[in-house]
Amino acid sequence: MTPEAKPYWDGLREGKLMLPKCDDCGKAFFYPRIACPHCHSRAVGWIEASGKGKLYSFQIAHRALNPAFKIEPPYILAMIELEEGPRMMSNLIDIEPDPAVVKCDMAVEVVFEKQTDEVTLPLFRPAG
Amino acid sequence: MKELSNSVAIVGVDESDEIGTLPEVSQLTLHLQAIHNAVADAGLKISDVDGIFTAGQHSPALLGEALGIRPRYVDGTSVGGCSFIIMVGHALLALHHGLCDVAVVSHGESGRSGTGVTRARDTSLSGQFEMPYGFGGAPTYFGMITNRHMHEYGTTLEQWADVAVSTRAWAGLNPKARFRDPITVQDVLDSRPMFYPFNLLNICLVTDAGGAVVLTRADRAKDCAKKPVYVRGAGEGTEHVMVTEMADMPFSHATRISGNKAFEMAGVTHSDFDHIMLYDAFTSGPPLMLEALGFCNPGEGVGFFEDGRSTPGGSLPINTNGGGLSYTHSGMYGIFPIIEAVRQQRGECGERQVPDARLSLVNGMGGMLSAAGTIVLSHET
Ligand SMILES: [Zn+2]
Repeated sequence: MTPEAKPYWDGLREGKLMLPKCDDCGKAFFYPRIACPHCHSRAVGWIEASGKGKLYSFQIAHRALNPAFKIEPPYILAMIELEEGPRMMSNLIDIEPDPAVVKCDMAVEVVFEKQTDEVTLPLFRPAG
Repeated sequence: MKELSNSVAIVGVDESDEIGTLPEVSQLTLHLQAIHNAVADAGLKISDVDGIFTAGQHSPALLGEALGIRPRYVDGTSVGGCSFIIMVGHALLALHHGLCDVAVVSHGESGRSGTGVTRARDTSLSGQFEMPYGFGGAPTYFGMITNRHMHEYGTTLEQWADVAVSTRAWAGLNPKARFRDPITVQDVLDSRPMFYPFNLLNICLVTDAGGAVVLTRADRAKDCAKKPVYVRGAGEGTEHVMVTEMADMPFSHATRISGNKAFEMAGVTHSDFDHIMLYDAFTSGPPLMLEALGFCNPGEGVGFFEDGRSTPGGSLPINTNGGGLSYTHSGMYGIFPIIEAVRQQRGECGERQVPDARLSLVNGMGGMLSAAGTIVLSHET
């Protein structure tokens, strides 16, 4: 974990999805860094995201490439576009890993999955 | 910028002694074999080389030491597999300004066997924001771009498969290609599911291979052993590293920027090309690159492969060496499309020779369309 991402990781442990947001141009962004990638201001604060967004794109993993990963294939690798604007990688859960069912732009919402005392991950499931 | 066009030529190209599965050959040896072979191809001596350009694990300083020379110009730009294409542009500048006289761009990678390799990757960002979800390796990222393309333009799995079929047909004509038997669209669709939308035959090979390219100024090039192939234009660009930061996914701004610069320097337009080499780590790569380079509208890149233009006998041959999909792909593939374009411009390609090839385009990506390099090559000035 990098120091500049600490509010993100701290927030997840408390069940909050925290995003860096520029005080000057008002845009949220991800991943956390010390300056705004949109207007290059260094006036960066944090907001709690709504946790709602859409599935921008996805893949279905039939194999596990990363040996540390615990879920059994097939599982869904997800690129989420949050309603605040930024995109982030995650998993889409609670849905059949089938391209006939999973669709780009479907509405999703965050669920917090505790992995260890230190690490809670933001996963996503179909919304409403 | 125009004064750079044609001021430098590629005078030597070659692979390492062998390419493929080579557990007995170290990565450094792959570099040195390729450099020795390419310098010999140019009719030059190792002692003539005074500029070294390389990306990957071994620095230009190490290659200089291992070769036994003291370069006066080095470049280790490392932005992924297209770095070698970008370095042709960097070598063009250095040679044009007399900062070196004979430049070598070298690649060596024991990508399959891992011989003489220290695996070390920067995971400070992906380790936090991607790997916990099972991401890792290019096939888990490039499919995101691919699937979004399918959503926006209605591209189909069959259309991506056309790219694999066309490329394999070229590989059948290249004795150095790893896989040469023809395949069908159905073969691709029936191959082992990996990371939807990719089955096995949508994904490049993993091999051990080296390759090198030798450049010198146009005046000196005339004295080399082979017909000079002039660098008419070169361009580069980068956009992102994390795929989530690719602003207009699936459109690649890096590719657009690099292509525009290369075309402008060369003073050419799309319809001037009669041979195209595109970085095919995945079947969806070449169509997306054609779109970003402006050869067609977004969503139409697959048409080049679907209607037979790209294949042997077609009107616009693409990836005539058999590509990363069927010829070789050691990891950072970008040196190999340059080598093939030079051989096509020289007329050395035997069965797969593009008749009367006059203008080749080489475009490649680094990472997930994160970076791009484009060069325009011709045996005519
Ligand atoms: Zn801002």
